[in-house]
Amino acid sequence: MKEKGRQMIRARNLKKIYPRGSEEVYAIDDVSLGVGEGEFISVIGPSGSGKTTLINILGCLENPSSGQLELDGKKIFDEGKFLSEAELTRIRREMFGYIFQKFYLIPTLTVLENVMLPYLFYKAPGAEERVRGVLKLLGIEHRRHHLPGQISGGEMQRVAIARALVNEPRILLADEPTGNLDSKRAQEIGRVLRELNDKKGLTIVLVTHNAELAAISQRTIELRDGRIHRETISALPGLPSG
Amino acid sequence: MISLSQVAYKNLLRKKTRSLLTVIGISLSTWVLVSLLGFNRGYQSSLNRDIDQLGFQVLLTAKGCPYEAATLMLKGGTGLRYMQESVMDSLRKEPEVEGVTPMLMQALFDPNKGESGGITAYLGVDPQTFPRMKSLLQFRQGGWFTDPDAKEAVMGYEAAELEQREVGDLLLIPEKNVELKVVGVLKRTGTQDDGTIFVPLRVVQKVFAKENQLTGVGIKVKKEASIDRLEQKLYDLPDVQVVSLAQVKQTIMSLVSSAKVLVFSIALVAILISVVGVVNTILMSVLERLQEIGILKSMGAMAWDIVKLIWLETLILCLAGGMLGTGLAIATAHLTDILIRQLLPYAPTGGLIHIDLGLIFLTLAVMIFIGLVSGIYPAWKAGRVRPLEAIRSEVE
Repeated sequence: MKEKGRQMIRARNLKKIYPRGSEEVYAIDDVSLGVGEGEFISVIGPSGSGKTTLINILGCLENPSSGQLELDGKKIFDEGKFLSEAELTRIRREMFGYIFQKFYLIPTLTVLENVMLPYLFYKAPGAEERVRGVLKLLGIEHRRHHLPGQISGGEMQRVAIARALVNEPRILLADEPTGNLDSKRAQEIGRVLRELNDKKGLTIVLVTHNAELAAISQRTIELRDGRIHRETISALPGLPSG
Repeated sequence: MISLSQVAYKNLLRKKTRSLLTVIGISLSTWVLVSLLGFNRGYQSSLNRDIDQLGFQVLLTAKGCPYEAATLMLKGGTGLRYMQESVMDSLRKEPEVEGVTPMLMQALFDPNKGESGGITAYLGVDPQTFPRMKSLLQFRQGGWFTDPDAKEAVMGYEAAELEQREVGDLLLIPEKNVELKVVGVLKRTGTQDDGTIFVPLRVVQKVFAKENQLTGVGIKVKKEASIDRLEQKLYDLPDVQVVSLAQVKQTIMSLVSSAKVLVFSIALVAILISVVGVVNTILMSVLERLQEIGILKSMGAMAWDIVKLIWLETLILCLAGGMLGTGLAIATAHLTDILIRQLLPYAPTGGLIHIDLGLIFLTLAVMIFIGLVSGIYPAWKAGRVRPLEAIRSEVE
């Protein structure tokens, strides 16, 4: 297993149980997993295998029923002990950038304004330069005064990625980021993620059911019925040809 | 850098029609509210001015004597009671009294008036004291009498119109065969003076054979003196009744206030409806944006940040509606004036609607308050959205 330095995510015996009638359903069942700094892993699996639940718990969007989670050495969940909502909000803001299948751009705000949104909620020095920097990095600087309705789906997802990156997160969580895109645009986004990992050393956790997309990661974890079914390490992780 | 209020404003632009309709709803209720509050102030000040124009604050009449031209007409010009001129002397001695003016009202049936005849009222007034007390009366033509014994008349605006007389014309008192020369015509006052024919007191007393008799005495009270105390003393005088114009004013105000209560309840209902409209609009937009709000939360927005955002949206709607409605009320003040005049039993002269800066600020403060109140539930609802909502709705 290739791990660069310290563990960014360390999860032990995570369980998430949902009551369904009189039964209890294990959305994830005893999952342990470590993600090193600068690692790019993907989580695949059929529908209902628990991959979204897993990424939600790793991203502090949802509490596990039991288990432990440490982020960059800091305890987040420990067998029923949780952090306060305010503290979780701070961790989400400082640790994570999130992207989803839908882009959730505000249609009446320009690309630039959408990317600036995170700064509504906290002040950071040099915000403008940072926004300019990520727009350039994602190749959408020329679109900054356009409204979301005036750009392509691929560009919209780039804007969403840019928005997830302005707070300089340690980990990027991507939940089906290409689900709304055709294969050409999907490849394009895959390349963007790859580059962010390669050039910026960004830790990425990607959830997808697209095996081709998963192949660009260094390690693939396959979930089945809430358990880790298989773990594959890519022999030659590299940029997909394109 | 982008600000929260910009985002709030642009959020409202997403459903332009819906936002616009809500703003229109608020502006209509604001319009009603401003017009009404403006009317309240305008009416009161107009009424005060009207009463002041009467020149005297207390009217003394003989017991049982009608003191209003309208009552006199209803009684067919009869039912007048008299008091002796000597009452004036005791009145002048009161320390609160600044001046007194004697009056003698007489009414006659004039068969040539209108289609089937009518009552004409003559008011004998003292050429010395009356014009001084009624200094607010203005002439359209001519002026006051030349001599206390001159057979002259000053006509109220409507009386002159009805009789079709101008300065220099003659006016016959029917039955008495006395001709009066018109020396003045008054401007319209909106009071009962408009229908009155003013004649020197001594002439009326002589023509109607009522020497030394009066029907009323107008009393002007010194500015700093207490009207109540004077009235108490006047009640002790035998065979007179005291008509306080402060009371008259009160009677009119209480009449009008019952109408006002009705209109105020309508305005209240209008405002409640617009509040429900605002809550509906904002709540809809919150429910439509649950996932987006979830994303904002995952970006580091605290519940309070989201509450502020939603509250700002409500405030923008209410303020926009409030300003539009206030503008509308100012623009239509004249029209409203005309409308209200047709609805009220008695409307004073002058502008009934009085909208000033204080009223505008008050209204905007009310609208801000309404915005805050109607934003509470949607904002609370939005603030509670968990970041997870952003992903929940995705099909796994």
